[in-house]
Amino acid sequence: MIKRALVLLFLFALGTLFVELLLNYTPDTELNQTGRYYAEHSAQDIGTANITTAIIVTYRGLDTLGEVTVLFLTAAIVGVLLGRGNHKGKSLQRKLPPSGELLTTGSYLLVPLILLLGAYVFINGHLTPGGGFQGGAIIASAILLMLLTDPLRHFSHSLIAAVESISGLFFIGIGVLGIFYAGGFLDNRLLPLGELGALFSAGVIPIIYSFIGLKVGAEFSSMLVNLSETEDT
Amino acid sequence: MIEIMPALTLLFAAAMIGAAFVAIRVKQISIAILAAGLVSLLASVMFLFFAAPDVAMTEAAIGSGLTTFLFFFVLGRVRGDKHD
Repeated sequence: MIKRALVLLFLFALGTLFVELLLNYTPDTELNQTGRYYAEHSAQDIGTANITTAIIVTYRGLDTLGEVTVLFLTAAIVGVLLGRGNHKGKSLQRKLPPSGELLTTGSYLLVPLILLLGAYVFINGHLTPGGGFQGGAIIASAILLMLLTDPLRHFSHSLIAAVESISGLFFIGIGVLGIFYAGGFLDNRLLPLGELGALFSAGVIPIIYSFIGLKVGAEFSSMLVNLSETEDT
Repeated sequence: MIEIMPALTLLFAAAMIGAAFVAIRVKQISIAILAAGLVSLLASVMFLFFAAPDVAMTEAAIGSGLTTFLFFFVLGRVRGDKHD
């Protein structure tokens, strides 16, 4: 009873807080100082058509490195927790119902297209919405579709690990090269900026974002593959 | 176009609250998972209304795509024989 009353009280307090926020809300008529700086400078300084990418990869590149690290730690912890002690059951004995004709045929058609879309999203991260994280998630969803079609399919752990580590190394390496040959860590002016809106423009941003995309895709895929290969107890 | 946007946003917000309510009240787990995925899908459309296509893509790919299927995957594993 008292628990219910507490919950109701909490909901009421939360509700008043939100109503208060809503009533006092006045939309901004112009960008604030930081936003104006990004909007005015990113096209000429960074050379990206997509301002969000300029912020994520260059202005706040260090934060992105932190995010990638967090994701890497998560994937590593999932791997350690689930990968323990299931080596003896490599050939899974359990009987699985066959996945339907629709799923099997549909996945043959869709998996290459989804992979292509994922690659498109992270290669064009500096021109169109999206980027490494979104592209990586799309690639991982293709892997998930393959796993749903055939849960016993074996994915090479060493290949996933190699893709993940090599892209991580290149990401950091390009960042460090920026200290010596450009303005600082993760500076994109390592390569010429090129023409605004072209595929090969914005310095090293397309390269960095492609590596982030591969890394994120490999991390998500390794989590999914680990989940799928866990032995029932 | 200007006039229709607030109404559409309100409609989507109401649909999100409805789907979230379904997700916590319904008895069958599979329907709850689908409703939770629907909340994410509607949220990604809302982000699109607020002119944030990058966030909308992340929400659609991870929130409504990966998580929903991951929940179904785990549900199938937990139940064992009865898949989905």
